[in-house]
Parts: sequence; C-alpha cells; structure tokens
Amino acid sequence: MWLIMTALAAVIATAIWYVKSPEDKYKLGLLSLFFWGATLMWLVDHVMAYMTEGGQFLEINLDATLLGVAIIVLALFVWEIVLLISDPKGVLKKALKN
Amino acid sequence: MACFLVPMGEAIVTTVVQKAMEKKERKIGGEGTIKAGLSWSRRLSWLNKMLWGGTALLALEHVWHGEVVPWPPFLTAMENPAEIGPMLHEMATIGVAMAITVTVVWGIMVLVTELRARAAMPKVKESPAGGGA
Repeated sequence: MWLIMTALAAVIATAIWYVKSPEDKYKLGLLSLFFWGATLMWLVDHVMAYMTEGGQFLEINLDATLLGVAIIVLALFVWEIVLLISDPKGVLKKALKN
Repeated sequence: MACFLVPMGEAIVTTVVQKAMEKKERKIGGEGTIKAGLSWSRRLSWLNKMLWGGTALLALEHVWHGEVVPWPPFLTAMENPAEIGPMLHEMATIGVAMAITVTVVWGIMVLVTELRARAAMPKVKESPAGGGA
C-alpha cells in the first residue's frame, strides 16, 4: 500500500512542480525527486520479492496504509525543513530582524 | 532487512563527487558548462536527491517493521548470526538492484535533458542574427 501512496505523492508533487516551473522557488523539484527515489526503490523491492517468494504483490491493510501516511509525512517534514533553512520568501530573516 | 544501505552508500559517494564537481566548476567559472547544457554538479544533485530521499523513506519503513532499531547494532538481523547471511544476500540482490534502477532512471533523465539542450542550441545561435535592429 505504501508503494501506491508514495507513487501517488510523487505524481502529484511532479504535477505541481511542472505547473510552477520554470520557477522552483519552493523546491518542489526536491520533493518530487524524494518521492520518485523511494517509489523506484520500493518497486524493485516488491517486484523482486514477488518473483522470489510469490504471494501478494501489494499489502493492503491498515498497518500498510498507516505506514504510507507516515512516509508521506516524513518526506513533507524533510522538505519543509529544507524550505525553512533556505527561506526563499525571506520570512524567517524578516522575523529574526524584528 | 538492510537493502537501503546500498543506495545510501552510493548516495554518500555521489554527494562527495557532486561537492568536488561544484568546486571545480566554480574554479573554471561555470559559464562554459551552463552554455553547453546543465552543469554536472546540477545533474548529480538529481541523483543525490533521489538516493537520499529513497534511503530516508526506506529507513522509516525498516524502523516501522522493526528491522532497524535506535540502539547498537541498529540492524536486528545482526543480533542473530543465522540472519547475517540472508541480510547480506538481500543487500547484494535487492539493494544493488535498487541502486542500479535509480541510477539508470537518472541516466535517462540526463540523456533526455542533454538531447533537448542540444536541439535548442542552433535556435539560440540563430536568434541574435534574426533579431536584427
């Protein structure tokens, strides 16, 4: 389930990045690459596990869904930290000056 | 078990290479590289973002499943000698496959942008002459 949720997040982040491009003020390119990297890695993991062990390709249950949510939250959290450090609107700089 | 350690190892190497490239490009004076398309440090930054992002999110998944713990030896498979062999096998198969897949996708991204940049080059050359005035 977390594979599908991360892939969905990657598609949405990339679509928003494309709409806003060529400007990447809010580092949406970084967020979409984060999600795509994880999606590719889990896709390989799922395919190889399915080929060697068989069974279900996707785990669809509450635990897997909660993990998907936690993964998206972590990615958004890291992205926000990077955004706040780079501070493209200068909001933190202004706040610190005042 | 610990498959994400292979892309993490690659990410460490490519990050060091990217930083070295940035220094080199600054010394040369980036202009030339930008004219011929994107600089190599910028291209490598895409790979680094994919590798680090994937590593961080996979690490969370491993913590969730109890395969990684915050105390030594950090990997639960390391506590049982019988599990070390399968862990290394997983790293050598799934981990390496993950790193190769991400690198191949990045290679395709670089190739596409390079071809598009080259296709746009003649237009850039023609435009000043066409502009006149």
